[in-house]
Amino acid sequence: MSETESTTNDAPEPSRRPGRERGRDDGKFGRYGGQYVPEALMPAIEELTDAYERYVLNNEDGFMDEFRERLADFGGRPTPLQRADRLSERYDRDVYLKREDLLHGGAHKLNNALGQVLLAKYMGKERIVAETGAGQHGTATAMAAAHLDVPCEIYMGERDINRQRPNVFRMKLNGAEVNPVTAGRGTLKEAISETMRDWATTVENTHYVIGSVVGPHPFPVMVRDFQAVISEEARAQSIERAGELPTDVVACAGGGSNTMGSFAGFVDDEAVALHAIEAGGSTLEVDEETGVAPNSASLYAGEEGVLHGARTKLLQDSHGQIMESHSVSSGLDYAGVGPELAYLVDEGRVTPVAVDDDAALEGFHRLSNTEGIIPALETAHAFGYLEEHADDLGERVVVTVSGRGDKDLDAAIEETDKRDIEGAPDMSMFTGGI
Amino acid sequence: MPTTGNSEAIAAAFADGPAYVPYLAVGDPDYESSLAYVEALDRGGADVIELGLPFSEPIAEGPTIQGAVVRSLSAGMTPDRFFEFVEELDVDAPLVCMTYYNLIYQYGSEARSASESSGDAASDGPRAFVEKAAEVGLEGFVVPDLPAEEADPLREACDEFGLDLVFIVAPTTKGERLERIMSRVSGYVYVQARLGTTGAKSDVADSTTESLDRLRGYDVPKAVGFGISTGEHAERIVAGGADGIIVGSALVDIVADGVENDLATEAVADRLESLSRELKAGAERGYAARTKAAESR
Repeated sequence: MSETESTTNDAPEPSRRPGRERGRDDGKFGRYGGQYVPEALMPAIEELTDAYERYVLNNEDGFMDEFRERLADFGGRPTPLQRADRLSERYDRDVYLKREDLLHGGAHKLNNALGQVLLAKYMGKERIVAETGAGQHGTATAMAAAHLDVPCEIYMGERDINRQRPNVFRMKLNGAEVNPVTAGRGTLKEAISETMRDWATTVENTHYVIGSVVGPHPFPVMVRDFQAVISEEARAQSIERAGELPTDVVACAGGGSNTMGSFAGFVDDEAVALHAIEAGGSTLEVDEETGVAPNSASLYAGEEGVLHGARTKLLQDSHGQIMESHSVSSGLDYAGVGPELAYLVDEGRVTPVAVDDDAALEGFHRLSNTEGIIPALETAHAFGYLEEHADDLGERVVVTVSGRGDKDLDAAIEETDKRDIEGAPDMSMFTGGI
Repeated sequence: MPTTGNSEAIAAAFADGPAYVPYLAVGDPDYESSLAYVEALDRGGADVIELGLPFSEPIAEGPTIQGAVVRSLSAGMTPDRFFEFVEELDVDAPLVCMTYYNLIYQYGSEARSASESSGDAASDGPRAFVEKAAEVGLEGFVVPDLPAEEADPLREACDEFGLDLVFIVAPTTKGERLERIMSRVSGYVYVQARLGTTGAKSDVADSTTESLDRLRGYDVPKAVGFGISTGEHAERIVAGGADGIIVGSALVDIVADGVENDLATEAVADRLESLSRELKAGAERGYAARTKAAESR
């Protein structure tokens, strides 16, 4: 117990822990990270780095105080750490849920969006642009921009717009303009490229609110620091509830903002195992001919390369062209991943695991009907993992419920209908079957 | 004009009179037509030709060149096909490869991972690509997503194989950043005429003049690009002090128009050649005006 006591007693200021210092000076995490961007963006990135250091790291003008206050009042923080009784019984160990689905907007995305829109205001920027895949980051940014009264434009792939119409409507309700992106396959990576183009033209008055721990420095560290509130709370709540740190933290990983947010506060607690659950899609095999990877498992199956401003692990073909990723959950559907995660995986600190579409769907139904929580399909991958690997885990497991599943109901009906899932309701009445 | 470059051919292109530097994406809309199009640029008076090797995520390009990239990739362009193309090309102008860093970095990575026992798998990074580029006769590189801070491995490989590394200077590039870039550039410096991505525009920004003023003290040719589409633009830019003009989107527009209207390859090639002549003539007029102004002073 001495370890627990010492952790409890000298629980340091999170921002002073060495784990959170990584990547700060030059944006490098070992060989990963950096600033691979067109020259026209460099001054904006230098300006942003300076603002990050002043306002986020040094709390200049009380920025972080205002951020935390708004996260509480507007966002509803802290979110609970809830013991999942049925799952604990099922897996014969304590399973705790970090309920980011209860954050305003229904997902962890607001932590970052609110932080960056507020930062843009402190920087004197007059306009916000952002990309979105599934629409979660777009809706969070639109909410934050409305809350803070800043004009906002969201770039979204045309195909994603068709898949996520309610989210498009939510963004518009909050006053954002939604610009369809028709290039390529019309999904997240094309939307990121398009937003970077906008920013390259408008850097002088515009801030780009990137949606994950990806992109050029300082985005990976800045987004991590805004999302770190998840693990800062979970760490304190775990000590308060169980008197000890968790043995394992499990979080789904696409670009990695939920993952880094869930892990950041635990990286230096070496006894806590960190599991990043990626979308295994339908298979881990790739199709070189068509440039398609039917998964989004860049940590597990990717190769080192440079994409969207950073060196990281990527799904790419043998020539270095970026592949089209695939997942049942559009929020995990990205060919890259945050450079810090790539680094932590190489260091052996984070274990990447791929969970396929089938297991994720089963996890979706299991959490819904046993715990009364309908998770996002992204989150459902973490519960797919739990079912397959609970025996490998220790006695206190924290799983981050990164978002709620309301946005995914159409996809869930369609995907459930294709499968035979134990305990799943009969969806045929919704899909035109008998 | 004295230069600090590795390539004698590029130095010669800027040596007497203004350089006309056209760009096309290789393989747009297909390999054979693309050969004819690049050769048309050469006939039209190109002094250096920038050949785009398409990357799937061209973040520095506007919609015009992005369209070219998509057409070329769907027609099957790869780095090896690109090198074959360069070998097959029959032109006089020196050739510069414009592409994104991941393609340079990944080239030969399969061979690398096969012999990974020798330590750091990425230690030779861009070297394999540069070696191959030198072998097929390329004279230099422009890599829009590679900042000076990350460029040393490519810079070293270029020096080893005698190629130039061109950097882009934006209207916002000043002070220390400018110093850092100018200490690594060779061949010519690509002066970005305005903010944003590539694309033909009807006006040419004042920021060009300011950028050229900032670069006055540096002993390397200054080629201005972004938005130049007519002989009149070319004339004004060169009269304003540029050593060369870079034209991409206006030429790619002609290729795109050929695709849309199903024009014969020769017809498209003729249009490319004739716009090239117009641009080159504009640049020459601007140069004459500048020389005259200098003499009368």
